[in-house]
Amino acid sequence: MTDTPLLKVSGVSKFYGSRIGCKDVNFELWPGEVLAIVGESGSGKTTLLNCISTRLLPTAGSVEYRMRDGNFRDLYHMSEAERRFLMRTDWGFVHQNPADGLRMTVSAGANVGERLMAVGDRHYGKIRETATDWLGRVEISADRIDDQPRAFSGGMRQRLQIARNLVTGPRLVFMDEPTGGLDVSVQARLLDLVRGLVNDLGLAAIVVTHDLAVARLLSHRMMVMKDGHVIEHGLTDRVLDDPREPYTQLLVSSILQV
Amino acid sequence: MSADLATYNFAYLDEQTKRMIRRAILKAIAIPGYQVPFASREMPMPYGWGTGGVQVTASIIGPEDVLKVIDQGADDTTNAVSIRAFFQKVADVAVTTHTKDATIIQTRHRIPEQKLTEGQVLVYQVPIPEPLRFLEPRETETRKMHALEEYGLMHVKLYEDIAINGRISKTYAYPVKVDGRYVMDPSPTPKFDNPKMHMSDALQLFGAGREKRIYAVPPHTEVVSLDFEDYPFEIQTFEQDCALCGAHGVYLDEVVLDDKGGRMFVCSDTDHCEDRREHGHVGAMLAPNQEAAE
Repeated sequence: MTDTPLLKVSGVSKFYGSRIGCKDVNFELWPGEVLAIVGESGSGKTTLLNCISTRLLPTAGSVEYRMRDGNFRDLYHMSEAERRFLMRTDWGFVHQNPADGLRMTVSAGANVGERLMAVGDRHYGKIRETATDWLGRVEISADRIDDQPRAFSGGMRQRLQIARNLVTGPRLVFMDEPTGGLDVSVQARLLDLVRGLVNDLGLAAIVVTHDLAVARLLSHRMMVMKDGHVIEHGLTDRVLDDPREPYTQLLVSSILQV
Repeated sequence: MSADLATYNFAYLDEQTKRMIRRAILKAIAIPGYQVPFASREMPMPYGWGTGGVQVTASIIGPEDVLKVIDQGADDTTNAVSIRAFFQKVADVAVTTHTKDATIIQTRHRIPEQKLTEGQVLVYQVPIPEPLRFLEPRETETRKMHALEEYGLMHVKLYEDIAINGRISKTYAYPVKVDGRYVMDPSPTPKFDNPKMHMSDALQLFGAGREKRIYAVPPHTEVVSLDFEDYPFEIQTFEQDCALCGAHGVYLDEVVLDDKGGRMFVCSDTDHCEDRREHGHVGAMLAPNQEAAE
């Protein structure tokens, strides 16, 4: 890890009319670090994620990102072209529903290759080779490369979506409930895979989840949100083992035990 | 008041409409390949029959012009005949079937075989002007993709073709990049004609009536067909020669002759074929009956 953060979020607020989406959120994210944002439904987790990832314009505050040249740029003062370029090269976004992040009517290979072609790769053989390699890394067998994601199971789709996002070697990945809608055994395998990839590639990630087990497995640090405010923030193990806020205590104690 | 109302105007459209369309055409020429929106009018023909092309032609045609209209390369099919008759009636212009004599050529699906020259205008009838349409259904998104030059998706389509068919199987409306900037749909012309658009001496105008878009390729403009380094762009080739005129290396139509598998291949460009026959070229089917003679 380096001394300079990758992402600086300061004073980010989003209001829907007079209703609060999220209010006055500040944090920094370092390279290689995984941050979990947890909280109940409607607590503003996804709003915050969308504000940081430029999918939603915040009402106030700034989000600065350290570009590959080492300079910080305010995401909302960039041109749209630069922002979109950043989103498909240096960033990844993993949606809860794979259908939102994949092109369901083109083959798995083309799904993985799309980002490569978008940045100017024009050699079919090489694109296909990279796609095959990435399918292997997310444990999809190479003979499924020409199948459409429609023919894939939920877990495979989610893994394909991850491969599609990581193919350009991003430095920051946003994940919105990456294990939502998957059964427990598939969830466990996916978490294992994501943890391995994040470690191998030194990715920084922001993971939104309501599942504290996911946060425990994946993240180094976590933020607890309630009613649009960040109420607790600290190392994952500290927050989960020794929750300070009454709401966090409630959240931790309501995990189902088998 | 009603006595002052014009009952006839040259080339069907009123002058204000022509002015509006000419402005769109000028803008299109200034930004090669960019789709300029225009207020398309109702024309006395159904959408899909060339309402866009007719409006472009009506806006640029003058009394001195000589018009040629082709449909799939032929001068004698319904669409071509009726549009030609339309302009004879509403503009009283000279018409021709000879490519070299025409100043304006309105076309559906083909570029004439004979090389176009400076001063000629080729007007295309375009059904769907947006090359990204079947890949990205949102108009707001495709406009943004054009604006930001995000054309990766076009190659996703070509990738799919190769993955499924082993080659780029798109044979018509093959996407091109114009002047190194805009990706353009060359209307449903066969890809055989794509190389003719490159550095053409003639002005090429595209009108889409239903979709309300005009775009253009000015003379001497670079038009490059998209491809992969290891799967380069190729045009169709034909094993046969034209059965009537013996032409080789031209685009041929297959004509079924009977229900016993009989077929012939003839030039799709009828003017080119007739011209060759007048100059004494003879294809296999028109040759003096050799078998009987033997």
